[in-house]
Amino acid sequence: MLYDIRLAIEYEYEAAADSGRHVLRMMPRTIDGVQRVVAASLDCAPLPAERSDRVDFFGNAVTTIRYDRPLECEAFHMRARVERLAGQTIRFPATPLAALAGEITAHRDIGPDSPQHYLAPSPRVSFAAQVTDWALGIVAGAGDTHEAAWRLCTALHSEMTFDPEVTAVDTPLAEAFAARHGVCQDFTHIMIAALRALGIPAGYVSGFLRTNPPEGQERLEGADAMHAWVRVWCGEAAGWAEFDPTNAMEAGEDHVVVAFGRDYFDVAPIKGNMRTAGGQKSTQQVDMIPQG
Amino acid sequence: MGTLRAMLTDEEIARLLGGYSRREGVADELFARDGTLRPVWRPLLKAIAEMSAEDLDRATARADQYLRDAGVYFRQYGKAGSAERDWPLSHLPLVLDGQEWAGIETALIERADLLEAMMADIYGEGRLVADGLLPPSMLAANPEWLRPMVGVQPRGGYFLHHVAFDIGRGPDGDWWVMGDRTQAPSGSGFALETRIATNRAFSKIIGQSNVRRLAGFFRHFRDALQGMTTSSSSRVGILTPGPLNDTYFEHAYIARYLGFSLMQGSDLTVQDGKLMVRTVNGLNPVEVLWRRMDSGWIDPLELEEGSRIGTPGMVDALRAGAFTMVNALGSGVLEARAMMAFTPRIADHLTGRPLSMPNIATWWCGDEAAREYAIENLGRMILDDAMSTRLPADQGPSAVVGGTTVQGEPVNPDWVRQNGARLAAQENLSLSTAPALVDGSLEARPMSLRVFLARSIGGWKVMPGGFARIGSLDQGHDVAMQRGGSVADVWVVSDTPDTANDTLLPPSGTAYKRSDLGVLPSTAADNLLWLGRYVERVEFNIRLIRAYHLRLAEMGAGDYPITAFIAEQLSYKGIDVAEPIPAQLTADLAAALRSAGAVRDRFSVDGWNALVDLQRTLADFSLRVTPGDDAARAYSVLLRKIVGFSGLVHENMYRFMGWRFLSLGRAIERGLDTLYLVRACVDDAAPHGTFDLAIEVGDSVMTHRRRYTIETDRRTVIELLLLDDMNPRSVHLQLEALREHAEFLPHLDDDRITPFQVRVVELVTRLASVRAEDVTNRKLDRLIRDAGQLHMLLDANYLH
Repeated sequence: MLYDIRLAIEYEYEAAADSGRHVLRMMPRTIDGVQRVVAASLDCAPLPAERSDRVDFFGNAVTTIRYDRPLECEAFHMRARVERLAGQTIRFPATPLAALAGEITAHRDIGPDSPQHYLAPSPRVSFAAQVTDWALGIVAGAGDTHEAAWRLCTALHSEMTFDPEVTAVDTPLAEAFAARHGVCQDFTHIMIAALRALGIPAGYVSGFLRTNPPEGQERLEGADAMHAWVRVWCGEAAGWAEFDPTNAMEAGEDHVVVAFGRDYFDVAPIKGNMRTAGGQKSTQQVDMIPQG
Repeated sequence: MGTLRAMLTDEEIARLLGGYSRREGVADELFARDGTLRPVWRPLLKAIAEMSAEDLDRATARADQYLRDAGVYFRQYGKAGSAERDWPLSHLPLVLDGQEWAGIETALIERADLLEAMMADIYGEGRLVADGLLPPSMLAANPEWLRPMVGVQPRGGYFLHHVAFDIGRGPDGDWWVMGDRTQAPSGSGFALETRIATNRAFSKIIGQSNVRRLAGFFRHFRDALQGMTTSSSSRVGILTPGPLNDTYFEHAYIARYLGFSLMQGSDLTVQDGKLMVRTVNGLNPVEVLWRRMDSGWIDPLELEEGSRIGTPGMVDALRAGAFTMVNALGSGVLEARAMMAFTPRIADHLTGRPLSMPNIATWWCGDEAAREYAIENLGRMILDDAMSTRLPADQGPSAVVGGTTVQGEPVNPDWVRQNGARLAAQENLSLSTAPALVDGSLEARPMSLRVFLARSIGGWKVMPGGFARIGSLDQGHDVAMQRGGSVADVWVVSDTPDTANDTLLPPSGTAYKRSDLGVLPSTAADNLLWLGRYVERVEFNIRLIRAYHLRLAEMGAGDYPITAFIAEQLSYKGIDVAEPIPAQLTADLAAALRSAGAVRDRFSVDGWNALVDLQRTLADFSLRVTPGDDAARAYSVLLRKIVGFSGLVHENMYRFMGWRFLSLGRAIERGLDTLYLVRACVDDAAPHGTFDLAIEVGDSVMTHRRRYTIETDRRTVIELLLLDDMNPRSVHLQLEALREHAEFLPHLDDDRITPFQVRVVELVTRLASVRAEDVTNRKLDRLIRDAGQLHMLLDANYLH
């Protein structure tokens, strides 16, 4: 499926803010056999004094900008045409849970796609006893990694309520889990914590969801802003699979990836806080329209 | 012990060692395995044995006095916050034989080269992981392995420039590496101070003993850092987290000693791929940064998000190769104790031979075989956090020693299996004991050495001695200073005198690139400006409060207009005269100390001590001073002390840019305080006696008497305190001082004079061209308003 994607993130400050530098991760990436970026651009207004583009450790597209004066407003507009291929699910059998640890130990690679990065606690995902206990109950009797991940994905969807009002961008996952409320970021962090507690490598995916569903299907949650889901290493043969716990589905043709990371820390669309004495207002808007 | 003493020929030494009891199965620094005294100790012991108890007390007191005078302290963290503590010196140095030391040097240089190779691989090709020498999951779980730094080549080619090793002597007498310090090791500056202090105590002995000198080490390292700059306008900075860090003293000390600029994250900015320091001259390039803080705090954009002491963009500047970071960011990855489980094999693999000095035997419990071995042998192990960077004996909250948890229960092997990847086991090595001087005799205490290495132009240099940590008796092997350990100098004694060039001065005839003293970071300038203001404010208020108590003493308690007038003037400054030592006065002095504390690299030790002394006196007085005559006397004492401080600073401080800002602060504060006082005292509603008050507080009683035969009146007050161009306390002379200092400040790019200068000149002209009789109250109000903006104008030009 070919999509035209637009992302607009805008900030307004009551008092001019000392902004300085930002690191932006807003542009989709090409992933062999999964998605292809036909064209992409990111416009920053006002025009920064300095701008550079590079690729980070995990292979994500990063733009760094610098402003040399205080600003009253900032706007970031990303446009991209991306082809997302169908049939994302694993082509080879997932590894049985009991055999996974051995495969990980034997995996002598520390490159960006290595499962090794996705086992230990990371800046935003630490182990939480109540999540671990819950996860052990859900996966009891599961045969392989893919089945375990699918069970957690659907269980989270049925137990958690999607509610943008309850959590903020920095709510700890244990808190969101205790309340069984949250947004896609909370669903994603909880599922990552659960998988890692079971010894299954799991990472964070930021990206976009198709805005309007095909006829006869329901609109997906999280399509109005940037979305998040989970990447799971199902074993040496099967490799990575993506699960969207907010919508209880495997990520597929309706999902376009922007960035991979261990958690939100690695993929945040914008880093570098503005310092302002007064209040601020921010808006985010996403459109992802199929082009056939 | 009986046999030991019998072997000593010298009776006095035997007496000194009467209470020295070695521990079973533990090596000792004084005595070799066969029980004989190591010969290298004999001259020192003999000299000490010959000293009387009083001489020995005097000798150690000289060392302590030196440390106090030099203001050496470290910050200790406790439950109730942190506090500065005197440097815990163990007076007796540790003496090591030169030949033995040569072996230590060779082994540690070899290890430093190995660590450099490991850094290059871990942040480069990743062969160690691919070849199965380093478990990838352990590396991936190491919080100091910084993914943004992977693939970033360090400018100049080297990752490590300044490292330290904690080593200890095991029961068999051989040395073991117990910790690799590659992040930002502290202590080399303290080592130097410890040497100087110990020298004060035993100068005669050290002079006769062929003890190797330390200064050459610093000279080589300084030259190496200086040599990494490519242009004369760029500089070497020492990056400190600031005065609240436990080793801030050392950062300031090293900066002062080596002549490098001390910088904080907020002083720095990254623009167009270059690292720049904000100075009073504008932005200045920095090409070498010796960081004294952990990597994570360096850049909030790519590393720790919450860091308030970092500089956004620093990692970008490193990617661009704009400067050399000493050490490269991410070097802390090597410090995790679990790494030591793999270092020996890596050494073998990379160099083809085993390490000359082994590290303490370590098992990473993420590996099944290693874990089961550790579980079998828990009795002789310390099991702790795999990523911990502490010494083995410095245990964390979940440590298991000899199979027993912190709670005193036997550890469950299944817990070890479940948490394997997070745990490392290390052999519970008994460190050798070394003598400590306790009440005139020697006691055996556990000891470890910290050895510093610096990369010089010709390769690694080892600091010959310097830093031994001595534990206390009840703490087993724990030698951490945060827990009451102390530090001893280390004497490396050779057969021949140390002929190395032992000062920081270059050999005659060589040109030395002197770092420019004129560069002043904006935050340092700001602190100096405020220091000048606060000290002057305290002095002025002391004069005013003293005037109040003098009148109280003279007239007795009662409702007099003049005392009420003074009380009102003081209340505008937040001072309540009902308190004999007002809280606000103490707070202003504390603010002065805070400002001074932030610029200790630019500020004389004597000046600092004078301020500390003033603070102690103030605290002491506040407990016992009573209003009236007693208070008036007390304030005279305080006044003498604070004037002493000003004298020390202004007579002895080198006239570089920092002194200008200190003086600007003083002149601004004195000018404003005097203006306000004059305005209040000449007000139509002021009570009788205010003219005298103004002249008294303005310290101009004698001058007035000499110049005028008449009583004080409005005209003489204005003439003497406002317009006079010879009275050092007049507003006119403060403005003249500002004008002069402003001329030495950096110029704007287009060479125009600054708005600050415009204002100063305008105010000087106003005062120079007016007669006292023509100074109306309205004119005074306008002066106050216009002079009141001077600090702001200065700030806008130089301090941002």
